[in-house]
Amino acid sequence: MDRRSFIKASGVTLAGAVAPMFPLAALAGDQLVVSSILDLSGGLDIYGKPMADCMTLAVEEQNAAGGLLGKQLKLASYDPQSNMQLYAQFAQKAALKDKAAVVMGGITSASREVIRPVLDRYKTLYFYNTQYEGGVCDRDIFCTGVTPGQTVAKLIPYSMKKWGKKVYVLAADYNYGQITSQWVKKFVLENGGSVASIDFFPLDVTNFGPAISKIEAAKPDMIVSALVGGAHISFYRQWAAAGMTKKIPLASTTFAGGNEHIVLSPAECNGFLVSYNYFQNLDTPENKAFKARFYKRFGKDYPNITELAMGTYQGFKLWAAGVKKAGSVDRMKVIEALESGISIDAPSGKVTLDPPTHHCVLNVSIAEVKDKQLDVIKTFPQQKPSDTSAVCNLIKNPNDNQQYVIKA
Amino acid sequence: MNRFAKSWMSAALSLAIGIAMMLVLPGVLDDYTLIQVTIYAVMSILGVSLGFIWGFGGILCFGQAAFFGLGAYTYAIAVMNMGDSTGPFLLAIAVPALFAMILGYVIFYGRLSDVYMGVITLTVTLILFNLINSTAGPEWKIGSAPLGGFNGIPAIPTLNVPGHPNDVLSPKDLFDLTFVCLLVVYLGLRMLISSKIGRVIIAAKENEQRVLLLGYDARVYKLFSFTLGGAIAGLAGCLFANWGAFTSPTIFGLAQSAQIIIWVIVGGLGTLVGPIVGCVAIQWLTTQIGTQQMFNSNLVLGTILVVFVLLVPRGIVPTLGSLGEWAFGRMRRRKASSTTAAAQAETAPAMAATERAT
Amino acid sequence: MELALVIVIQVLYAVATLFIISAGLAVIFGMMKVINLAHGEFMMLGAYATIGAIRLGLNLWVAMFVVAPIAVGLVGVVLERLVIRRLYGRMVDTMLATWGLSLLLIGIVTSIAGDTTAGVSAPLGSFSIGAYSLSGYIPVVIAVAIALALAIRWVLMRTQLGLIARGTMQNPDMANALGVSPSLVYSVTFAVGAALSGLAGGLLAPITGVVPTMGAAFVAKAFITVIGGGPAILAGLVGASALFGAINQLATFATTPVIGEVALLAAAIVMLRLLPQGITGRFFKGSL
Repeated sequence: MDRRSFIKASGVTLAGAVAPMFPLAALAGDQLVVSSILDLSGGLDIYGKPMADCMTLAVEEQNAAGGLLGKQLKLASYDPQSNMQLYAQFAQKAALKDKAAVVMGGITSASREVIRPVLDRYKTLYFYNTQYEGGVCDRDIFCTGVTPGQTVAKLIPYSMKKWGKKVYVLAADYNYGQITSQWVKKFVLENGGSVASIDFFPLDVTNFGPAISKIEAAKPDMIVSALVGGAHISFYRQWAAAGMTKKIPLASTTFAGGNEHIVLSPAECNGFLVSYNYFQNLDTPENKAFKARFYKRFGKDYPNITELAMGTYQGFKLWAAGVKKAGSVDRMKVIEALESGISIDAPSGKVTLDPPTHHCVLNVSIAEVKDKQLDVIKTFPQQKPSDTSAVCNLIKNPNDNQQYVIKA
Repeated sequence: MNRFAKSWMSAALSLAIGIAMMLVLPGVLDDYTLIQVTIYAVMSILGVSLGFIWGFGGILCFGQAAFFGLGAYTYAIAVMNMGDSTGPFLLAIAVPALFAMILGYVIFYGRLSDVYMGVITLTVTLILFNLINSTAGPEWKIGSAPLGGFNGIPAIPTLNVPGHPNDVLSPKDLFDLTFVCLLVVYLGLRMLISSKIGRVIIAAKENEQRVLLLGYDARVYKLFSFTLGGAIAGLAGCLFANWGAFTSPTIFGLAQSAQIIIWVIVGGLGTLVGPIVGCVAIQWLTTQIGTQQMFNSNLVLGTILVVFVLLVPRGIVPTLGSLGEWAFGRMRRRKASSTTAAAQAETAPAMAATERAT
Repeated sequence: MELALVIVIQVLYAVATLFIISAGLAVIFGMMKVINLAHGEFMMLGAYATIGAIRLGLNLWVAMFVVAPIAVGLVGVVLERLVIRRLYGRMVDTMLATWGLSLLLIGIVTSIAGDTTAGVSAPLGSFSIGAYSLSGYIPVVIAVAIALALAIRWVLMRTQLGLIARGTMQNPDMANALGVSPSLVYSVTFAVGAALSGLAGGLLAPITGVVPTMGAAFVAKAFITVIGGGPAILAGLVGASALFGAINQLATFATTPVIGEVALLAAAIVMLRLLPQGITGRFFKGSL
């Protein structure tokens, strides 16, 4: 190849590769950057889209109310397309380039564990707003989602009292499913029950035929499902196709976290029990007002305001309250302000930050799937994150930095 | 084009550009951009490994990501068990190479052709993905390193200066190391290609029968290049594990293998610079797509691939080269047509240049 | 005893599923030597076409057996004319171009339909074998696979179209000299292959979650089955699906779905090492 053209080619490539990396015109000094890393494509988008919508609403509401500390907020949202490498890259971008005041994001526990070390290293505040398996003990992160010690602790005794003591567990094969299934086992045993089996399924498995036959052979009183994602919906389909939905009842820690109860027909999932912090049908004044604002912004026929979406909204509000109390966005100041035990009144009820664990005290409700809606049956107010507080105390050990895992 | 591409002049030029970038960039770019350039360099090493075995060895491997992943996982497990990172670094190159050797033996000595080889390499990468993906339980450990299943292994300790376990590499050091590796790999492969072994490898790609009739065992040479490709991919994997401090089963996935093939196609099959260019371009594009919501990433990547296969089948680098040569040739002809004497005087040195270069 | 019967039915079901999802790819590869990596996406389009037709009020069976194949067949014709036609003979390039097409199709469908999992419930309720109840859909799938195999055999052996197709595949120049237009034959064959993939997608819609990325789970298995089958289309397909389907399902019963998948993949490697030309390279040579 010609020398001239080669130099040209390399020059063009170099310029093309480097040019967009040079920092854009510096952000106006009167703006605060909030970064969100939520999947809007790839397999996780059924969870990510409602979360991103709530994030947008929260930022817009804050700006309309005059911003924070007199400055307007700019939302920098990134779509990691369910790609691990992009989680790391966008976390780096948010911390180093955007110099974000806070990063909110990560859906799966896997993505959180990629983002957390990056933000720790570059000293950026991180809010993880998704319900998860509990145990993360790190002063730089605040986890505003419910954990098994709050939801599973209530769901299991309730459903066992209703249906019986022999439990068969199905879980997604990654750390959330592995750890949650251990919590289920603990609570089943504590309530005098027995676990027939715990079966794990990687996230892309769609062939549940043999598994269903195995369940039938074991003759349990109920099933607990911690299955996750689009492929696992085929379990519920195949379960119903085999006529089992009428025979063996089911409780789940993950069902309806996306839109499973809308995609499946009522015959396929009526009667399932789930337990979360927030349900769209909660009958409180804050929720009614929130829904009015939400539908105005996103349309009345929005399929479902999910638990994860509300977690995002509440996480943002909590952070904003922390900033107001601290009077600055400096990371340590905000952490200390939050650690003083801030509370907000959210659509799901009162949300209080628990200082020793950086998790939240939340209302927990049990609901039943009925005709594509979730009917709230019972609400347990102000549940503490007992699973994490049993092992984690950031007041005593501020340098603790790990995820504690329940011993099998 | 081929004349210049194969000559030592183009190699020296690429090397010079690479060294210049390595020295200049850390001073010019901020931390964040430097880290991004590092990951581009790491992936370029991976791209070059496939570019070598495919473009020069004629081996279309659908599962190059398998060696990449093995390198990353080997490094992670070894460093969490051993502490000092020199051993793990070497293991991360040796284990994928060994695996490539075994796999290559099965493929080449079984006399499998193109398509079947594509299937087997695809199958192997899927097997690895499925196996590692299901190791989420706490019982799956090697030494003190849990395999982690779908979540992978987070918080991997970074490389340290050999012998001093506490002297860990900073982002800038990692950038230097990655660039050095890239340049060494590039230089090494260029020298290999122009050596006798390299010529046999290329000949085996063009016509295996002929090579056999000339007395060379083509299978040994193919095995050699496949193993070398695996080793280089393993090196890239080790550097990747350091860059992100994590590794997960998706590195073994079909999507990752597809990406590498796309880089090589877009950049230019048959060159070593091509995969680097293709890798940087596509990686940059993917990151940019993630920051906007208008276009779906699959849409863009798919369109690019189809367009390239149909319209620019040789890739960016060779096409640019041909364009340049065409333009250069036109100017040359215009000059030559002004006086015949000048034309005659030109052809003589041109012929001498041809003799020198070949 | 009942468990044994259940296992046999499940194995037949796995074999039938594998046969159906590979049929389209086998037709295209076996007849045209084109490796269509967009096969999974053709299935995905078939599934979405089925769901769309049902939403418009059509009967489930009509949507599955009529709408899906026709819709995807048309897409196949368009793609063949625009892209594949220019790449005949260049096997690697067709692989890459169809890979690009697969990404493109995923992107288009995602932009239109969004990523949310759609779907339709399985028809026909359930039936019991002793203490086990199975979906009534399973016998349907098995029956469809058998019918499909017989139909393919009939078309290839007994119709004019089949004769012309086989002739063109064996010797395009001779067929051309005899007045057949190879490019027309290729178009029709590609369309038929695409239609079969669409049918497979429609059949799968009730039992898997229908997302734009659903094709990826099937394309690798289909690819392996077709290559493992060897040059004879039908015999190879039947042989390979029987072998791999049985191994997959039996391993899944014995252990977990993951080991089942790995067993299928490992069996493929072993088989290719022993029989580099595929099953019908050695056995049933020269059959259809």
